[in-house]
Amino acid sequence: MVLTPDQPLIRMRDVHKTFGALTILKGISLDVMKGEVICIIGPSGAGKSTLLRCINALVPIDRGSILVAGQEVHDAKLDKLALRRKVGMVFQQYNLFPHRTALENIMMAPIHVLKRDRAEVDVLARALMRKVRLEGKEGFYPGELSGGQQQRVAIARSLAMQPDAMLFDEVTAALDPETVKEVLVAIRELAEDGMTCVIVTHEMGFAREVADQIYFTDRGVVVEHGPPAEFFTQCRDDRTRQFLSQIL
Amino acid sequence: MILASRTDLAVLKPFRLSAASSTPPALPLDARHGVILIAALMLSAAIGDAQAGPGAPSIIATIVRWTPLLAKGFALNIAMSFMAMAIGTALGVVLGLGQISLLSPMRASSWFVTQVFRNSPWLVLLFYCILLLPFEVRIGNSFVSVPDWAKATFGLALPVMANVSELVRGAVQSIPAGQWEASEALAFTRWQMLGMVILPQCVKRMTPPWMNLYAILTVATPLTSVVGVSEAMTLTGDILSSEGRTELLVPMYLYLLLWFFMYCYPIARATMALERRFQVQ
Repeated sequence: MVLTPDQPLIRMRDVHKTFGALTILKGISLDVMKGEVICIIGPSGAGKSTLLRCINALVPIDRGSILVAGQEVHDAKLDKLALRRKVGMVFQQYNLFPHRTALENIMMAPIHVLKRDRAEVDVLARALMRKVRLEGKEGFYPGELSGGQQQRVAIARSLAMQPDAMLFDEVTAALDPETVKEVLVAIRELAEDGMTCVIVTHEMGFAREVADQIYFTDRGVVVEHGPPAEFFTQCRDDRTRQFLSQIL
Repeated sequence: MILASRTDLAVLKPFRLSAASSTPPALPLDARHGVILIAALMLSAAIGDAQAGPGAPSIIATIVRWTPLLAKGFALNIAMSFMAMAIGTALGVVLGLGQISLLSPMRASSWFVTQVFRNSPWLVLLFYCILLLPFEVRIGNSFVSVPDWAKATFGLALPVMANVSELVRGAVQSIPAGQWEASEALAFTRWQMLGMVILPQCVKRMTPPWMNLYAILTVATPLTSVVGVSEAMTLTGDILSSEGRTELLVPMYLYLLLWFFMYCYPIARATMALERRFQVQ
C-alpha cells in the first residue's frame, strides 16, 4: 500500500498490553509521519520499551491497532518477517552477535534475509561502517570494541536492511558517559537524512534537539505530547512537570 | 546481560569474572594420580612376586606378555566409545532441539525421552539393547548377524544422547535473550536464528562438558563386559583365569586401570584448559 503524505507511517490506536497480572500499556495512541523523529520519555516502568517492541511485533498486543505503512501489526495473518524488514531496531545492550566480526554482523541479514548479492552487500556494509565513523574496525569482533563503537555497529547493522523506520530503545543507557555523544551524533545524522525514528531515551538535551514530537508516557498511557519547544516550556500536566523537574 | 539459565547441567557461562569460582571437572584427575597408579602397580607387582611360588615368571613379565591382547581389547573400548559418542551426539542434538521446539507436543515428548534415558542406569539400558535388538538382520536375502559390541555401543549411545540433549537445551537457554531479540528484529526465520546466531555460540559453551561426557563414557565402556563383549575388561578376566595365579589379580586390574587413566587424563586436562580459556574472554 502506498502512503499518502498525510498518512502516518506508524499509527498506534488504543494499544493495550498485559503481562500476566501486570498491565503495561493502557491505551497508547500515537502517530509518526514519514521522516519524523519522535522521542518517548518517561519514568522507568512506564512501558516505553514494550511500546517499541509492539511496533515490530516482537511483543504481541492484547487490544488496539498498530498500522505500519498501512498494514495492521495486530493481525494473526501478518507476515512478521516482512514487517521487520521495514522497521529496524537498536537495543540498549547492543546485542551484536559476538561470534561474528563487525562487518559480518552488518552483512548477515541483507544476505540471508533479503537474499542480496554478497559483493553488493559488502560494499553497502563498508559504506555504513564509514557512515558511523568506524572505518578500519570492520574485522573486529564485538568484544574488541567499546560500548559506543558496538552500539554504532548495531545501528549500521539495522540500517543495512534499509528500513523505512528505526526504533531506538534507550540506546545510550548502558554506555560510558564519554561514548554517549558519538552514538547520539550518529542518530542525529540519521534523523537529518530523513530517517523516520522512534526514540526511547533519557537524554533530555538530545530529545529536545532532535525530536519533532516529544511523547511523555507514565504508567502505560501517553500523558501529553507536543513539539519540544512547547513541551519543555509549557507542559500542562502535573506528572510531566514533576518528571521534568526531577531530571532537568 | 546474563540470564539465569534453568539448566541443571554444568554448562559454561560466559564472562565469568573470578577464576577462583571455576567448577571442578567431573573427572578430577591430575598427573599425581598417574604417578601414584604406576607406583601402586610396581608395588603390587613386587608383592605379587613375593607371594609367587618358586620358578613362576615375574608379574611384570606376565603383564608384558599379555599386553598385545589387552591392547586389542582396549582398542575395542575406544572404538565403542567413538561410535557411541557419535551416535549419541547426533541423536542428542536432534532431541535437544526438540526440547526447545515451539510445538508443545514435540517439546513434551523430547523432554520425556531425555528424562527417561538420562535417569536410567547405563547397565540397564545396556541389557535392554542386548536383549531387545535382533541378533541378526535381514538385508535382501542374506542374514547379517549383529555383533554384541554393536548392540552394546547402541546401548551406551542412549544415555549419551540424553545427556547431549540436556547440554543442547541448557546451552541454548544460557544464550542471552537479547541475541534472540536482535535476530528476530532483523527478520531472521527461526531456523536462521538457531543456525546462524544461537547454535554457533552454543558450540563453544558445550565443548568442555561434551568432552567430559566423552571421558565418562570411555570409562563406562568396561560395563559391556557384563554382557559379554570381548573388550579389555573381559579379556583381563580371561587372562586371569587362564593364568590361574591369584597374586596376579591386583596388578592386572591396576594395569587395566592405568590404560584408561592414560587415555582419559589428557582429555580431562584439555577440558580444563578449554574452560579456563573461555573464562578469560
